[in-house]
Amino acid sequence: MSDRKPPQDQGDTIPGDESPDTVGPQGAMGYTLGLFLAALLTAASFWAASTDLIWGPAVPAAIVVLAVAQMGVHLAFFLHITTGPDNTNNVIALAFGVFVVVLVIVGSVWVMTHLDHNMHNMPAEAMMRMR
Amino acid sequence: MTAAATAPGSHGSDPYALGRDKEGEGGGHGHGQATGRGEGGPASKRIVVGYGFWIYLLSDIIMFSAFFAAYSVLAKQTAGGPTGAEIFGRGRVAIETGCLLLSSYTCGLASLAAARKEAKATLAWLLATGLLGFAFLAIEVQEFASLIGEGAGPQRSAFLSGFFALVGLHGLHVGVGLLWLGTMMAQIWSRGFRPEVERRLLCFNLFWHALDIVWVGVFSIVYLLGTIG
Amino acid sequence: MMLGKLDWSAIPFDQPIPLVAAGTVGLIGLATLVWITRKGHWPYLWKEWITSVDHKRIGVMYTTLALVMLIRGFVDAIMMRTQQSIATGGAQGYLPPEHYDQLFSAHGTIMIFFGAMPFIVGLMNFVVPLQLGVRDVAFPTLNSVSFWLTAAGALLVNMSLVIGEFARTGWLPYAPLSETSYSPGVGVDYYLWAIQIAGVGTLMSGVNLVTTILKMRAPGMSYLRMPMFCWTALGSNMLIVAAFPILTATLAMLTLDRYFGFHFFTNDAGGNMMMFMNLIWAWGHPEVYILILPAFGIFSEIFSTFSGKPLFGYRSMVAATLFIVVVSFTVWLHHFFTMGAGADVNAAFGIATSVIAVGTGVKVFNWLFTMYGGRVRFPTPMLWSLAFMVVFVIGGMTGVLLAVPPADFMLHNSLFLVAHFHNVIVGGVVFGAFAGYTYWFPKAFGFRLDETWGKRAFWPSLIGFTLTFGALYVVGLEGMTRRLQHVEVEEWVPWLHVALAGVGFMLVGVVAQVIQLVVSIRNREALRDTTGDPWDGRSLEWSTASPPPHFNFAVLPDVHGEEVYWGIKQKAIESQQLAEAPAYEHIVMPRNSATGVVTAFFATAIGFALIWHIWWLAGLGFVGAYATFVVFAWRKEEEYEVPADEVREADHARRAAREAWLAQHRDEQVPA
Repeated sequence: MSDRKPPQDQGDTIPGDESPDTVGPQGAMGYTLGLFLAALLTAASFWAASTDLIWGPAVPAAIVVLAVAQMGVHLAFFLHITTGPDNTNNVIALAFGVFVVVLVIVGSVWVMTHLDHNMHNMPAEAMMRMR
Repeated sequence: MTAAATAPGSHGSDPYALGRDKEGEGGGHGHGQATGRGEGGPASKRIVVGYGFWIYLLSDIIMFSAFFAAYSVLAKQTAGGPTGAEIFGRGRVAIETGCLLLSSYTCGLASLAAARKEAKATLAWLLATGLLGFAFLAIEVQEFASLIGEGAGPQRSAFLSGFFALVGLHGLHVGVGLLWLGTMMAQIWSRGFRPEVERRLLCFNLFWHALDIVWVGVFSIVYLLGTIG
Repeated sequence: MMLGKLDWSAIPFDQPIPLVAAGTVGLIGLATLVWITRKGHWPYLWKEWITSVDHKRIGVMYTTLALVMLIRGFVDAIMMRTQQSIATGGAQGYLPPEHYDQLFSAHGTIMIFFGAMPFIVGLMNFVVPLQLGVRDVAFPTLNSVSFWLTAAGALLVNMSLVIGEFARTGWLPYAPLSETSYSPGVGVDYYLWAIQIAGVGTLMSGVNLVTTILKMRAPGMSYLRMPMFCWTALGSNMLIVAAFPILTATLAMLTLDRYFGFHFFTNDAGGNMMMFMNLIWAWGHPEVYILILPAFGIFSEIFSTFSGKPLFGYRSMVAATLFIVVVSFTVWLHHFFTMGAGADVNAAFGIATSVIAVGTGVKVFNWLFTMYGGRVRFPTPMLWSLAFMVVFVIGGMTGVLLAVPPADFMLHNSLFLVAHFHNVIVGGVVFGAFAGYTYWFPKAFGFRLDETWGKRAFWPSLIGFTLTFGALYVVGLEGMTRRLQHVEVEEWVPWLHVALAGVGFMLVGVVAQVIQLVVSIRNREALRDTTGDPWDGRSLEWSTASPPPHFNFAVLPDVHGEEVYWGIKQKAIESQQLAEAPAYEHIVMPRNSATGVVTAFFATAIGFALIWHIWWLAGLGFVGAYATFVVFAWRKEEEYEVPADEVREADHARRAAREAWLAQHRDEQVPA
């Protein structure tokens, strides 16, 4: 695609456009491989949730890991995010977004669990007064 | 944001000449080696639009993260009502997931057809995307309707409030995406591939893939984690 | 019913204060409209302002909206201070509790969302493309939509004055007070929809400016050549993009609770009211930095310009800005230390809060060193900046005090806290906004603001500010809590009188500021800025004419090194001539669009309809908004060409003025 780019866009690629430096499968092959991998990871996730083969307490971790992996597959094969220099801006923006997402979810759960824990010692009538 | 400081390429001894070819200084706009972060002058519209939409998508995902956070905090607050394990059907979720994943794939194929300027193929793949998206939405609406019918509506408990809001927000996005898709298909049909239509197609493509990524989070955290143990 | 919950009882006929206020505002508005119509200004306004997608015009409109709303919020402040200084002992004052509660809620909401935010966004809109050496922002029409949505939100808040009521919950509608069971009226709904509509506008404007800064810069303007204000604008807009969605989500949850009986923040059915505090402050703390970062940028520009020196420690400033961007997301719990989290949670957030002050400290030292050894001048923008530095350091230190959880347990919800955040927001953001307003006013309008009246506005403002919030610190330490409609403790009353006297001084400042504007417009010929560079500036906005042509630059500047314009200027002085005239080419500019104002019209209709449960109108509004987008998407001509001749002509005028300046400079030049 680089030959179609105006001069000021050299070395700059946006999400959704394939980088001219892409290695490996491109075009329809890339999407097909992405679909295959994503389907595989989805299936693995559903399997992990229903199997007895995995130690119970490890199942949530497995599901989360598989989900993160699948998100990675989508980013790489569908959104064409790469680690190349032409993608630096995209990756930095993504990293900042992921940072905030993680802070909001993990932070909220941490803070709220703590509050919950501390409130458990509250007498019932004090709880009633808060209504 | 320290990318500029670590940008590849050497620029002689001037530390401020980052990303800028010194030989270009004599000759106007220094085309040769601008590193492509807008240092060779304002980027083209396709880059600007695509990047702007990327930024918007990240903000949208942060909005989802607040709903994910609320759901995670409230997931155990069933207030005596049904729990996730009692009301979620994994089969239905698997079908929904399949629909959305396939639609992401067809959407990607539509963008490839658009890059080749094949209007018919583009429209066909977009139609497939829309139908799969519609199927997903129909299943979700049916799920919501049956839950409300069983008395497990969002008013029943905080857990269900969080569930309906999070999954409903995703569904709302899919619905808005379908409206957008229809409008855009009409535009391709009547106008053909004008540059602005191609840019919108790019944005839709990003939007649709992003919704699929959010759905991975939804089915993992809500449906799968909600039905184990 | 056709009109939902709306009927004649919504108009507060029994309350003279809002009625008279609204009547006055209505009369002024009506008179303005009649005047515009009679003078035949509508076509001009419609073509040049309302449908304009020019970032400079939009910036000016943002700032105007902000100035009007600052006055509205200030009136609320006067009323609150007056009430507290007379309602003591047996006296009840003149404001009943339900009205007083609406007043402090409206004051906070208006000052933050419709005063400070539009002011800062307006300045960024105006300045950033000029400093980057480009012709407009990344998405000009979207920019217009953003502004008009903000204006729609402001309109809704002000409508609540006469139609219905405003929230009585404070500027952040804490649950469960804001739930239907405790706030059944439309007040909270006004808040929710006004903020949601304005919030969408702010988010869009954030996306727009981030994209502009990262993808639209003059050739050669690498990241580390951008002026400091662009860096802080980038930081601020990154925070908008990352934080505002959290606000949207949180308010949407409260909306679901109120409209559909969800249980996010209710006390029953497992809802968790503390989660509201948690989520709203995950937005709320970054919001403070959204406001203050651009102000830091303004001060950086001003200190460097009026000291005649490059900014000291530019790179450490950039690093400090980005440090603040990241760390501002990790401190939100300090707004509710007392809510009952464990010591480890409180400690973690307390430490993070103290750490964030380091970034600001770096900046303060850099500003001091920028002035050190410089030829410092003291026009009005510099006075605001110097006052900021002193005041903000004090505000910052009381902030670090509040960051210590045990101290916060004592001071939480006291007037000490109120004094602290006014100390940083007024002393930081508002002083910064006024500094930027006086600094860039000549660029926007082609003439300077009157210096004498500028100083007459500055000194009473500073004195009044110190008196008011100094007194509030004291009563806060003595234990007075915030939001009291009636004061029981006699010992506090003298201090409240001091605070009221301070407000009197600030009123003098506000009036002087209005006079300054009027006097300057009258004397505009004498105050004319012919060169485009009234302050001996250093960045690109001063290289073009004042006011700039609508295309900003005849030819995009080619950037070599930091402080681009300073370099060009020194080269011109050295060689005693301007750079050669470039080859002029035609310029492509975006067309005007009514999309913004039409979208805002439908948004206002939707908001009003949802507040009053007029469902058909809301449906109609959504259909109208969709139709607007379709019309926009189908338009054929997005752009038009400015012929090369027009560009040449404009640039020749600018060059002639610069030649004259150069000749004058030659005569005045003292051998070094």
